[in-house]
Amino acid sequence: MERILDVKDLHVSFHTYAGEVKAVRGVNFHVNRGEAVAIVGESGCGKSVTAQTLMKLIPMPPGEIKKGQILFNGEDIVKKSKKEMESIRGKDIGMIFQDPMTSLNPTMTIGSQITEGLIKHQNMSKAAARDRAIELLTMVGIPQPEKRVEQYPHEFSGGMRQRAMIAIALACSPKLLIADEPTTALDVTIQAQILDLMKELQKKTGTSIILITHDLGVVAEMCERVIVMYAGKVIETGTVDDIFYNPQHPYTKGLLRSVPRLDLNRDEPLTPIFGTPPDLLRPPVGCGFTARCESAMRVCQEIDPELNDVSTTQRAACWLQHPLAQNRA
Amino acid sequence: MIRYLGKRIIFMLISLFLIVTATFFIMKAVPGGPFTSEKQVPPEIKAALEAKYKLNLPLHEQYFEYLKGVVTWELGPSFTEKSSTVNDMINRGFPVSAHLGAQALLLAIFGGITLGVIAALNHNKWQDYSAMVIAVLGLSVPSFILASFYQYIFAINLGWFPIAKWEGFEYTILPSLALAASPMAFIARLTRSNMIEVMGQDYIKTAKAKGLHTFTITVKHAIRNALLPVVTYLGPLIAGILTGAFVIERIFGVPGLGREFVLSITNRDYTVIMGTTVFYSMILVVMILIVDIAYTLVDPRIKLSDAGKE
Amino acid sequence: MQNLTKEHFEPISVDLRQAEAIKRPSLSFWSDVWRRLRMNKVAMISMIFIAALIVCAIVVPWLTPQDYFTTDLAGKNKKPSAEHWFGTDDLGRDVFERIWYGARISLQVGLAAAFIDLIIGVIWGGLAGFYGGRVDEMMMRFADILFAIPYLLVVILLMVVLEPGVGTIILALTITGWIGMARIVRGQILQLKNQEFVLAARSLGADANRLIFKHLIPNALGPIIVTLSLTVPSAIFAESFLSFIGLGVSAPIASWGTMSNEGLPAMKYYPWRLTFPAIFISMTILAFNLFGDGLRDAVDPRLRK
Repeated sequence: MERILDVKDLHVSFHTYAGEVKAVRGVNFHVNRGEAVAIVGESGCGKSVTAQTLMKLIPMPPGEIKKGQILFNGEDIVKKSKKEMESIRGKDIGMIFQDPMTSLNPTMTIGSQITEGLIKHQNMSKAAARDRAIELLTMVGIPQPEKRVEQYPHEFSGGMRQRAMIAIALACSPKLLIADEPTTALDVTIQAQILDLMKELQKKTGTSIILITHDLGVVAEMCERVIVMYAGKVIETGTVDDIFYNPQHPYTKGLLRSVPRLDLNRDEPLTPIFGTPPDLLRPPVGCGFTARCESAMRVCQEIDPELNDVSTTQRAACWLQHPLAQNRA
Repeated sequence: MIRYLGKRIIFMLISLFLIVTATFFIMKAVPGGPFTSEKQVPPEIKAALEAKYKLNLPLHEQYFEYLKGVVTWELGPSFTEKSSTVNDMINRGFPVSAHLGAQALLLAIFGGITLGVIAALNHNKWQDYSAMVIAVLGLSVPSFILASFYQYIFAINLGWFPIAKWEGFEYTILPSLALAASPMAFIARLTRSNMIEVMGQDYIKTAKAKGLHTFTITVKHAIRNALLPVVTYLGPLIAGILTGAFVIERIFGVPGLGREFVLSITNRDYTVIMGTTVFYSMILVVMILIVDIAYTLVDPRIKLSDAGKE
Repeated sequence: MQNLTKEHFEPISVDLRQAEAIKRPSLSFWSDVWRRLRMNKVAMISMIFIAALIVCAIVVPWLTPQDYFTTDLAGKNKKPSAEHWFGTDDLGRDVFERIWYGARISLQVGLAAAFIDLIIGVIWGGLAGFYGGRVDEMMMRFADILFAIPYLLVVILLMVVLEPGVGTIILALTITGWIGMARIVRGQILQLKNQEFVLAARSLGADANRLIFKHLIPNALGPIIVTLSLTVPSAIFAESFLSFIGLGVSAPIASWGTMSNEGLPAMKYYPWRLTFPAIFISMTILAFNLFGDGLRDAVDPRLRK
């Protein structure tokens, strides 16, 4: 399968008054053409930073890409100049943000916020861009698009705004759509609508999607593959079935135990993962999950495990995969 | 919109009425009459003078006469300048003051916004630091001191500009610069902090994600949102420039209404004090209304109707 | 990696409770503010300058042999010397001594006006913004009416009627001065009160007092402090401005503005008579402005890095 995006050994740090926060510490993953991939993890695990780094949207400074490659269509985004980035953003990669209430400019009409990108990337005339904006609004399911196009964000509800955001992100038919917690700020009923819309649009346009979320329910509904991040690293990847039915990493297992499942034993109580992720200002030497892991071993404190193949589709970074630990798992 | 405007104008008239009333009674409460300095005046002349200035009437009649005068824009004769009326003085002085004020205001707005935007875009770089040093100095050095030093350095010592008077464009430069300094500094600081805040907003990230050029983002997305709060400050700013002109006109010998006003205070020229107070208030009330309307035009979230309130 | 032994794979006990421990020491809001303020050199220098100014204004007139009103026509317009550090004025009065009496007036006016503005402005703006609707309309309309008269006109009108003096100046400055603060507070409250955390507090049954003083005002503190930090210097400025046009305190008391006014015509020949008060006015206002800036940066959590 053709890889549209290949991230290799990505390191991202933020320089703060307290010191260097190593938010992303050597992340590897890829996205195939037309595929929907989820990146899941708790708040602060580096998933949003990773997503924003893909478009170089992190503020630099204080942010810095310390190391690694982001190959998009075979070209390294890390090496791209500001100008080259401008022609990739919006055109080849679109992005949807978490909070539709603050992600739209309050003093511009929805229409002009959609047409901006079209005029820039596709050299459309204002009138043509406006027609396209109406078309896009229809596509994302906004009624009366001719009227809505002239309205301001405050005249839209939260769900409507997120639909408008999707219209903006998809305006130039990007090859990759990054959705950073697109449903977190929305009502549950609206969440489902937005997810359905994204699925439908993906089918229609064939775009690849990276869905950043902490909601495993959303993942199961939308995606083919899952990347689990913890403390700035990828700790497990696999297909949705791999992750849901055969999780390897104790953290992944913990995540699954903390959400209700209808397909497994319903009598099993939900258990939270105790503790908080490590402070990335002083990342631990060994595995970041050691302090919270029930199966922690001495090696976990000393050496950080690498991602190893579990099957052809699944990989995990955990010492429990090691032959010497097999009897323990 | 029209209903809103009508309501605002009615309120404006009420404010003006209250201001006129307050001014009138405060001035009448002043101990000692206007002719206290001319005690030797024979009684019949004094009576004639009082009749001329309507001081012989009972207080309430004087008040109604004055209100009538304000409505018909006949502000009465001056006490000290026997040959002129207050209207003459305003007609004479105001164009000069308006010219100076407008020049200073434009300078303050454009200079301030430019300085603020440059500083914000180069946050924590030398451009930012130098712009903010200029701004903080502009805010800290009072205009009358700045004006004195401008006059001393650029007019008296270097001779680049005329020292005083108002006879051509070169005469307007030093007074405008002195008058604009502190509002410009204020706008610069305000613009800068708003810009920095706006640049950190999510919608700027959205704009970046669209692949827009930094310049487009700055102009179309950031500056407009950053300038909204600046617009609300324009009212007080205009007031500041109007009153600032009192000393600047005095230092540079500009024959404007501000100097006329300060003179009238020194001379206790009641009709002129009242007339100019009313006139200044009127300008300010109208300016505030204009600023409010301007704000609703630039910020689509605020509607001009009362129905929009929750 | 290669030398892993069986011992490496011994299980270790993990105290799950310990994992709950907070990793970074948490600072209280105000100690964090103080920490950041201390790191700001400019603000600290300004603070020291202001403190020194206050101490000197109290102590210097009391320690030195000269006074501010004794005239000495034989020794008029003297250059700065060991005897008269800042020279003498046109009546032979010691400028150094007069500067410190002027400092007393400036500081009194500045601090008193700022404090009164703060109290009235926060209450007025807070109530108007919080209740909104008709109350807001009435309160702000009243403020608009007062605001429509430039403060200098108010001051002038009051000065003519009342006894001139420091109290009158403070009264005159605050009678309309609080409106700026009230508007800022109102604007902030209007913006904040529809945000979720306020709705959350409201739904938990917080009363108006609690909402205003616990939720709204603290969140509006940044802009309130900025405005306050601008009020002190602007009151000092206003006093000197008034004195400069001859409407301030009356002779023989000297404020910095009066001294500048008297020094202006003599600028060409006796520059110290204008220069010293001018430097003191500017430096004082500058110090208050810079300190206020530092305080704002320290208080505003949004600027935290």
